[in-house]
Amino acid sequence: MKKRVQSVVNGQALEFECETSDTLLQVLRQNLQLTGTKLGCGTGDCGACSVILDGELVCACLVLAVECERADIRTVEGLATGTTLHLLQQAFLDNAALQCGICTPGLLMASKALLDKYPDPDETQVRYWIAGNLCRCTGYDKIVRAIMDAAPKYALAQALPTETGDRS
Amino acid sequence: MNEEPTHYADVAEIAPNNVVVGGVVGTRPVRPDGIDKVTGKSRFGADIQLPGTLTGVVFRSPHAHARLLKVDISAALALPGVKAIITSDDLPEITEELAMDKGQSPDFRDMSANILAREKVLYEGHAIAAIAAIDNMTAQQALSLIEVDYAVLPHVIDLQQAMEPDAPLLNEHNITKGIKPAPKKPSNIASRYEQVHGDVAAGFAEADIIITEEFTTQPVHQAYIEPHACLARVSPSGKTDIWCSSQGQFMVQAYCARLLQMPIADIRVFPMEIGGGFGGKTTVYLEPLAVLLSQKTGSPVRMEMTRAEVFKATGPTSGSYMSIKIGARQDGTVVAVEGVLCYQAGAFPGSPVRLGCMTAFAPYNIPNVKLIGYDVLVNRPKSAAYRAPGAPMASFAAESLMDMLAQRLDMDPLALRLLNAADNGTQTAYGVKFKHIGYRQTLEAARQHPHYSAPLGANQGRGVASGFWFNIGGQSSAAIRINDDGSVLVTTGNPDIGGSRASMAMMAADVLGIAYEQIQVEIVDTGSIANSDLTGGSRVTFAVGMAVSQAAATLVEELKRRAALWWQVDPDQVSWSAGTVVLNSSPAKRMSLAELAQHSAATGGPITVETAINAQGAGPGFATHICDVELDPETGRVTILRYTAIQDVGKAIHPAYVEGQMQGGAVQGIGWALNEAYLYDENGRLLNPGFLDYRIPVASDVPMIDTVLVEVPNPRHPFGVKGVGEVPIVPPLGAVANAVARAAGTRLCELPLSPPAIHKALKRAARRRR
Repeated sequence: MKKRVQSVVNGQALEFECETSDTLLQVLRQNLQLTGTKLGCGTGDCGACSVILDGELVCACLVLAVECERADIRTVEGLATGTTLHLLQQAFLDNAALQCGICTPGLLMASKALLDKYPDPDETQVRYWIAGNLCRCTGYDKIVRAIMDAAPKYALAQALPTETGDRS
Repeated sequence: MNEEPTHYADVAEIAPNNVVVGGVVGTRPVRPDGIDKVTGKSRFGADIQLPGTLTGVVFRSPHAHARLLKVDISAALALPGVKAIITSDDLPEITEELAMDKGQSPDFRDMSANILAREKVLYEGHAIAAIAAIDNMTAQQALSLIEVDYAVLPHVIDLQQAMEPDAPLLNEHNITKGIKPAPKKPSNIASRYEQVHGDVAAGFAEADIIITEEFTTQPVHQAYIEPHACLARVSPSGKTDIWCSSQGQFMVQAYCARLLQMPIADIRVFPMEIGGGFGGKTTVYLEPLAVLLSQKTGSPVRMEMTRAEVFKATGPTSGSYMSIKIGARQDGTVVAVEGVLCYQAGAFPGSPVRLGCMTAFAPYNIPNVKLIGYDVLVNRPKSAAYRAPGAPMASFAAESLMDMLAQRLDMDPLALRLLNAADNGTQTAYGVKFKHIGYRQTLEAARQHPHYSAPLGANQGRGVASGFWFNIGGQSSAAIRINDDGSVLVTTGNPDIGGSRASMAMMAADVLGIAYEQIQVEIVDTGSIANSDLTGGSRVTFAVGMAVSQAAATLVEELKRRAALWWQVDPDQVSWSAGTVVLNSSPAKRMSLAELAQHSAATGGPITVETAINAQGAGPGFATHICDVELDPETGRVTILRYTAIQDVGKAIHPAYVEGQMQGGAVQGIGWALNEAYLYDENGRLLNPGFLDYRIPVASDVPMIDTVLVEVPNPRHPFGVKGVGEVPIVPPLGAVANAVARAAGTRLCELPLSPPAIHKALKRAARRRR
């Protein structure tokens, strides 16, 4: 059965049509062509499809698209402002925190959700927060460093509304 | 692998002259594909759609071992929306004579039977049919309509049971290769390999101490986060386009051509970004099926595995059983090693047991070594390459034995290794004589590292282990083009699996003497550059880097020639300096790349160089790791407290990505040592085909991984590069196990070192102390 759903994706109001059985991940990737959100397992175990739904970090593979009526959805495509990278994106690049890059979009969204909630996390906090985001390439070292590197800059940017750290 | 140069690819000409002129090599710039990767713009295997694309799915065996009596696809085919169904009847028959090239793997007859089963299914998840339908829902419904009559056969999952004379046979015609005279009866032992060096009987006669132990390891999956995915489009002319993520677009092209008996020229493969491979994407599973389905339907067909399919039907690397004896003199000099290594091949022959025998004791100068390897068939998915294939498990046994020897002799484990360390000139048991190696330097660096002398607390232990990997070169292509504005495009045919675009640009920048930012790097399709062997064997930065460096050096000569033409002087009247040509007689007269590009029409046309070589002279990789653990006596849980990876990397082109290889390999090895294993029920069905129950390390499982880059340059590479990607996974199994042994006061020789196993061992040790 098809259903029409209205939601806001990366700040833009839009409407999509989906099967009632479609996941948010399927709709993002197929209907909306937002393929930055990745499928790694489809069972909520790997975090490659992490997005922020009404301010909460979720696995898009575990959310039905029809649940997203009037929801605010943030994906990796909405992190940068034009050509200006989000501080986390820049920190991942500066710290070489990606190798193959398939887990990177999910990890960026998870990291953003972390810093929005805990602006000054310690290493243990970072490690437990991203424990739901599997990375097979890096051994996590440089990812953790990137998040710790971005945290103070992000906190500062949040405090100064003129900075371009984040617009959510 | 054990490569003495067959032809020496002109390295010497450019080697001394072009080393590090621009100072880009050794720095840490942002990778060229970085912004696309962090903004979600990079397109991976599953990220491509074409109008009118059909969904392809695979029907798989629920049984571990069964004869296929009848495969009835009629009801499924009748379902509205189903466009085509294929079975092994649709695949060309490959005769035994045509199965292999010069006896070298892969065996295409086996590969064909692996991608669609013929007569028998050999493991749960073995593909039987593939369906193309208008959408996934229809395809899934069609799967439930395929009817198969099976004659279920007894199966064997366990390695040692499979070697028993009365074990169920996977292949009734399998006569063990490598035994003379050939056995009369079939068995599950596909082949026997023997490596003999010196005289082990004489060696053991000199030994004051002999230790014998048995070791087992479980199969582990590469567990790349991106499931296999592809899209194929066949035009009515037969021209076939494939978009997929793999470790080599030329591998996909060649394998599809071979399996489908198509001309290579008819197939063009477009490499998508690859979401991890670790060896697991060095073969094909879906691509030939998608091509066949597209041929049948005339529509593009897209296929994507589920995670459960990835676990059930691809990879893993072999589980192993090893029994090894080591003999040493009282002073610690190892005099002899003898043993048997048995590796699970999975459903078809081809475990890396030979590589296990070759690598196990390669870090040591041991005069007498005899190792026998058995490649054993079991009702599990066909094993695939996984980072340093075959080495980690053999090294686990070897490094555990070295640690036991150190304990028995009351010697420092690094001192024991230093005493026996291979050096330049050491004759290895597997054949070559080492040159330009940096193993001893890794041991010295380990001994001097503050980690090695840091104090330990209660229930804590420290382990060290070393590892070796060959590293390879091979066929490699690269092209460099000067665009009209003077910007530079480097193209290669090798998927960038961990930052290699950056290292290619850095080497080109230094040879050309220009800025890193002036260079763009593209990984191009099979129609756009000469053949290149796949991304694997730790070869890309070494071998493709050599091709890029040579192309850049040739380009410099070409640019000098163009400038001479323009200035109407002899070519030897101009020289190259910092990205410009200079007229020797009046050094103020210069031309930049942009100016040279502007004059290209007048000097012979577009400026481009393509280089294709068979790179020789790969330098072997050695690593030594230090690991501290703490055991929880109540639960048996192992916590990795501290970890240091030390490696001879030759020359680190981009040190951050070299560190990344070392850290990632170490953590994969930690997962292998502590958690990862396949669990089967009594029917041979996999119980844990998902990331929840097949638990790879997560961020909270591991500490920071400290790295030490030892640089003993490889003189056979223009920048001194040695491969770095694989050796980091070799030492961790031994390092973790040795740390656990010292913390527990008892040794565990079976991986994984799971909490129940540790708990039991701790109780046993406590009983022994009473």
